[in-house]
Amino acid sequence: MPTADPILVVENIVKRFETPDGVLTAVEDVSFAVAPGEFLAVIGPSGCGKSTLFNVIGGLLDGYDGRVMVGGETVRGPHPSVGMIFQEESTFPWRTVIDNVAFPLEIAGMAKAERLEKARHFVEMVGLDGFERRYPAELSGGMRQRVSMARTLASEPKIMLMDEPFAALDEQTRLLLGDKVLQIQQDLKQTTLLITHNLTEAVQLSDRILVMTYRPGKTKRIVEIKLPRPRTSEIVGSDDFGRYVAQIWSDLREEASKGLKDDESRVARAGGKRR
Amino acid sequence: MTTRASIGRQFVPVAFGIVCLLVFFVLVEALVRIGTINPFIVPLPSEIVLSFKRIVVEEQILPRFLLTCGEALMASLMLSVAGIALGVLLHRKRIVRLATETWIAAMASAPIVLMYPLFLVIFGRSAWTIIMIAFVAALPPVILKTLEGLSSTRPVLINVGRSFNLTPSQLYWKILFPSSLPTIFVGVRLGMIFALINIVGVEFLINFGGLGQLVNELSERYDLPGTYAAICFVIMVSVMFFIATERIERWLRPGA
Repeated sequence: MPTADPILVVENIVKRFETPDGVLTAVEDVSFAVAPGEFLAVIGPSGCGKSTLFNVIGGLLDGYDGRVMVGGETVRGPHPSVGMIFQEESTFPWRTVIDNVAFPLEIAGMAKAERLEKARHFVEMVGLDGFERRYPAELSGGMRQRVSMARTLASEPKIMLMDEPFAALDEQTRLLLGDKVLQIQQDLKQTTLLITHNLTEAVQLSDRILVMTYRPGKTKRIVEIKLPRPRTSEIVGSDDFGRYVAQIWSDLREEASKGLKDDESRVARAGGKRR
Repeated sequence: MTTRASIGRQFVPVAFGIVCLLVFFVLVEALVRIGTINPFIVPLPSEIVLSFKRIVVEEQILPRFLLTCGEALMASLMLSVAGIALGVLLHRKRIVRLATETWIAAMASAPIVLMYPLFLVIFGRSAWTIIMIAFVAALPPVILKTLEGLSSTRPVLINVGRSFNLTPSQLYWKILFPSSLPTIFVGVRLGMIFALINIVGVEFLINFGGLGQLVNELSERYDLPGTYAAICFVIMVSVMFFIATERIERWLRPGA
């Protein structure tokens, strides 16, 4: 557990969904705390309830048991201290890069000149200076995700939630964007919660990794990553990095196998029904 | 070099379109001259071109053209405002949508133009009869496309808005509306086509004025080249409105 007073506390979260096959427990009794400036990754196989947890913490999903507290305050709906970066491409195609990044400042009622100046700072931070007047359609997938990141950072959240933000990108771009995230985290001391199913990404970026079980999603283990900081993507070649990846994979392997078997039996059942 | 290439990219499709049109005219001219197409049904394209000057000078084309344009503009403005507002209402009120969506879709294919005697009784023999028929007939596509655009906004964009604590009104104006503008404009363009067909049709039927009346008069005189030339002016109105909506859409929603 972190030593400083936690900025984010997740207590005994249970979330169930009604499905045609009965009640499905997506997340069961998940608890953890995140210290200010800490980078925590939540990793688990597909279908373990990671994104459900992301939506619960972000206040986009209600009807759950347990409690989410941000800075000592219980979260009921989206919280101004929590910024979210989504897995899907989420830039506004009708706004230029600078106007996308300035969006939360515009909503906050900041004057145009001031918000554009501030937005420019965050555009530079994610390495997109020179692309301010471009539209998302003119950018690559990685650049668009950086626009989303800059937009969330512009709202100056105390906690940044990221739901597999680089899942759609190739491995090399993902590693390089990981460098960008590490740099930003170091510069801003940004508290970050990353939801991912990518082992390398989780180890490269995190201070701790919470490994989840396959359905219902429970905490299997929390692993502390004692790799030196500041880090870059070069760390992926180190022996320690490899050991952490192997250790987490040994935890995940069993859960991922359960997920795979479950998928296969579901497909077989669906095939049987059709026949 | 790059600028020249970009100009080339813009110019080539336009030039290709014009060449296709010219080839079509030459083909029709040849088919009429060799007798494959009956000249009493389709006049020579060269005769149509020559009749332009005549109908401009002798048939007061400008006031007629302006009248049809004015009616189309008024109907378009009315159907854009009312159609988009009703589409938003259907999106916001589920019960209204469930109760009316099928009826509105059915209304899109109803021959409203045949109800012109009723409109004549209500609005008299005036431009308002024509405008109101066009407005009613063209409303369904605008309503349905507005509803479709709003409903198909990507959920992740709505979640972005929610994560920034947008009020429902901010969510509408900052995300839902700009996101659905391309689909709304498809509806507005469809509506304008419906409106123009009805405007020219009713001008033709009630012999009130505008290009429809001119088409009627020229066809009754069996002036086929003149009739086709007048139809070309109707097409010109349609092209003008299309270009205008494209410009407005690009201005309202850049980045497409």
